[in-house]
Amino acid sequence: MMSFENVRWEEIWEATKDTLYMMAASLLFTIIFGLMIGIVLFLTSRRQLLQQPMVYGILSVIVNVLRSVPFVILMIMIMPITKWITGTSLGVEGSIPPLVVAATPFFARLVETSLREVDRGVIEAAQAMGASKWDVVRRVLLSEARPGLMAAVTITAVTLVSYTAMSGVIGGGGLGDLALRYGYQRFQTDVMLVTVVLLIVLVQLLQMAGDALVRRYSRK
Amino acid sequence: MDDRGHTHLIELHNITKSYQVGAVSVEAVRDISLTVKRGEIFGIIGHSGAGKSTLLRCVNLLERPTSGSVKVGEVELTKLSQRQLQAQRRKIGMIFQHFNLLSMSTVRDNIAFPLKLAGLTGTAVRDRVDELLKLVQLEQHADKYPAQLSGGQKQRVGIARALAGNPDVLLCDEATSALDPQTTNSILSLLLDINAKLGITILLITHEMQVIRSICDRVAVIDKGEIVELGDVLHVFLKPEHPVTRDFVDQVSDTSAASVLLEKRQGRLLRVTYVGELTYEPILYNAVKQTPVQFVILQGTVSRMKQTPYGQLIVELLGEDLEIDNVVAALRKEGLEVDTL
Repeated sequence: MMSFENVRWEEIWEATKDTLYMMAASLLFTIIFGLMIGIVLFLTSRRQLLQQPMVYGILSVIVNVLRSVPFVILMIMIMPITKWITGTSLGVEGSIPPLVVAATPFFARLVETSLREVDRGVIEAAQAMGASKWDVVRRVLLSEARPGLMAAVTITAVTLVSYTAMSGVIGGGGLGDLALRYGYQRFQTDVMLVTVVLLIVLVQLLQMAGDALVRRYSRK
Repeated sequence: MDDRGHTHLIELHNITKSYQVGAVSVEAVRDISLTVKRGEIFGIIGHSGAGKSTLLRCVNLLERPTSGSVKVGEVELTKLSQRQLQAQRRKIGMIFQHFNLLSMSTVRDNIAFPLKLAGLTGTAVRDRVDELLKLVQLEQHADKYPAQLSGGQKQRVGIARALAGNPDVLLCDEATSALDPQTTNSILSLLLDINAKLGITILLITHEMQVIRSICDRVAVIDKGEIVELGDVLHVFLKPEHPVTRDFVDQVSDTSAASVLLEKRQGRLLRVTYVGELTYEPILYNAVKQTPVQFVILQGTVSRMKQTPYGQLIVELLGEDLEIDNVVAALRKEGLEVDTL
């Protein structure tokens, strides 16, 4: 029988709040930047509205490079930039920039893929009605791709949860940090277990909420 | 009406559209010139791959022709900037084979789409949408999503959306090809109605002769990127000249057995064509009843083209040559067209 003697619930609660904060803040910026990059990727790709092979090629390589670097390495690599933006490369604030840098290219690809799913005929119909390219993006692409985009946000949120856990390595704070410091470094298995269960619950809740939204907005 | 600008609504001059496929350039449309008169329903018929879809898309420049000019109304579209072109496209409605509705928007929002693009808001949009819903008889379905509608209903939404900006022209891209025959007829009669009541000129493309026969005034037959025959539907239908045209006419009037009849003939084989009120007169009987000539009807069609009744019979006349000549003369005198086969 496990006793949970090492578990200080107050600290767990603080760490949970940190994790939620890191995730929410980095998700927000990831959506903003990722949506922009994803739209540009889509529009500049072959046979699309702005077809620009050069722009697409360069952007695509940058996205791929960022996606290839393991998160732990990326976090350390961009420390100077992090410090420049947030004033610190430690703690909750210090982990948000690397989280955004890591998740944005991932989310951008998901956005590009969901936009590709939009029926070309609908875009053509909008153009025939006198829609500008901007109208097509705003009134057709983003609206038609809504379920796909919501699924993309869900997947990204879940990915961010696991990234926040990794940011414990650089003292990022949150549940992952707690699991690492107490569970791994001090062999307090009970603390590790509690944090892992909490992370599982968080991921479950996110996925369920995301699925419910996708279902709510599916019209096909 | 000597002012060309008023009688001709669409003018295509020397339109060529070529695509680069690998190292070779393929011409989908080759030097086509065409004019559509204000108020008419003009059909372009061709097999798939003949270039009709490309030609239609050249009218609102969804496809920019490689060379040639496009004029709709008073405006030469091929000379406009992108922004000016967007404004002009609002005067050109278009409907599609697969409807191309916004799947995430309700019927009401789909119809409102072009109005909002044009900058309208609030009650102005709502009132116009209500009017259009009534026109296409979809009042009860305003808040449904396209996935909840039948094919015919979806096309009605497409039509309402295309008419929202009070266009001068409606372009129809195989608008009935995805529909069953009954629904096709209801959509065609809606198009006829729109043409008659709102005076909107319609340019349609199809591969179904039935569509041409039911609603078009004039038809162009397109094959391998070129127009091979063009004229009044009635004329093209009754006297098809190009082999491709004959293929299409055979779709609806089964005259393919004519060669068999020729081999079996005993007397003189005639093709008798009549149009309009003559269709209902007993002319053939009257012409032979005073003579010893007998007749056999070997094949025949009596039908309607748009509002005009017409018929075409293949008749064998048996008797003396001289007597037969008299009968033929009598038929011609009554206004029938008679050809010896």
